[in-house]
Amino acid sequence: MMQLNWAPKNIPEILAATWQHLVLSVSSVLIGLVIALVLGIICARRPRFYAVVLTITGIIFVIPSLALFALLIPWLGLGTKPALVGLSSYCLLILLRNVVTGLRGVPADVLDAADGMGYSGWQRLVRIELPLALPLIVSGIRIALVTVIGIATVAAFIDGGGLGTIILMGIDQSYTEKILVGGILTALMATFFDLVLSQAEKALVRWR
Amino acid sequence: MLITAFNWIVNNQPEFLRALGQHLVMSGVSLAFALAIGLPLAVLIINRGGLAFTVINSINALRTIPSLAILAIMMPLLGIGLWPSIVALTVLALPPILLNAFIGLRDVDPDAVEAAIGMGMSRGQVLRKIRIPLAAPAMFAGARTAAVQVLAGATLAPFIGGGGLGDFIAVGISMMDMSRLLVGAVPIAILALATEFTLGLVEKVFFAERTSA
Repeated sequence: MMQLNWAPKNIPEILAATWQHLVLSVSSVLIGLVIALVLGIICARRPRFYAVVLTITGIIFVIPSLALFALLIPWLGLGTKPALVGLSSYCLLILLRNVVTGLRGVPADVLDAADGMGYSGWQRLVRIELPLALPLIVSGIRIALVTVIGIATVAAFIDGGGLGTIILMGIDQSYTEKILVGGILTALMATFFDLVLSQAEKALVRWR
Repeated sequence: MLITAFNWIVNNQPEFLRALGQHLVMSGVSLAFALAIGLPLAVLIINRGGLAFTVINSINALRTIPSLAILAIMMPLLGIGLWPSIVALTVLALPPILLNAFIGLRDVDPDAVEAAIGMGMSRGQVLRKIRIPLAAPAMFAGARTAAVQVLAGATLAPFIGGGGLGDFIAVGISMMDMSRLLVGAVPIAILALATEFTLGLVEKVFFAERTSA
């Protein structure tokens, strides 16, 4: 086993980077979720518009992360801003797909029943459609968050902070321990959210 | 800014082409390695439950490690340069190729397998004549995902001295030279999109009838 020299003496720095990473990833997914919900609700009953939005978000998803960040720098400069914008645009495709699939999966007779009970369009959406789509939305959040936690390491390169900072430090100083600490903590964070959110997904399906 | 970037490319063609070449060679070689390892491995584990469980779980664990860390860790292990990057990118490309091939082979229509066994085919024959051809679309889809991932990963290669188009982004950021940034970012984005689009088209042409059947 490798001897840890740097990590035990730098716990506060590691914790700060981990926290930064967490905040960056979670806020990116939340921003993405708000946009995806709005777009998803608009798109669910408009297949043509959905195809257009899907193409655009698909294009963003395919652009390599560092290139996407680099394309944002001329407009947004360095730091958290381009990191947040880049990361939240990344999860749009995943979140949008799940929101729309979830909303479309609501059975037609359920919708008819809601209409028959005199629900307005908005009431039907909030009380019937979104709750029924929730397991798929949560599944989208899980995949998006796991993806973003990984990509967020690259944000360190544009001064976005987070665990990538420790990995980059390790590369610059040829310090293996830092590379391992940064990489393993990122992997653990991704695994943790993967497990927790898949449990939540299961609980939601059972509750429904 | 875009015009400045374009002019830079025109005036520095050798440098740009060298980086582009590095980028393509690095990605292509890694993808070839990953296919050469991943596809046989999937075939090897498909009929061995215990081994499959171990391999699939380790691959899933591997997937959570960020690509930057996988590249970074090659430096203390293998040093800097093109080869460490190729090894790292191979590791990155392996999960989608292996998982897609494995799931494709596993989820082949059981009726087809049963019919083949009924016709007196051995296990090996079932694999060669039924499972592998029917799993080909899934294998291709895995290769497509892997190709896009490798191109993205290759962007990070300059961090460990692997070169490629990412070099321009790294230089652009360190000098805050926006047009240099774009010299790297725009071709990288176009390359990734073109790859995804072309492979998607190939997938449609070759596998459309079979997936719909």
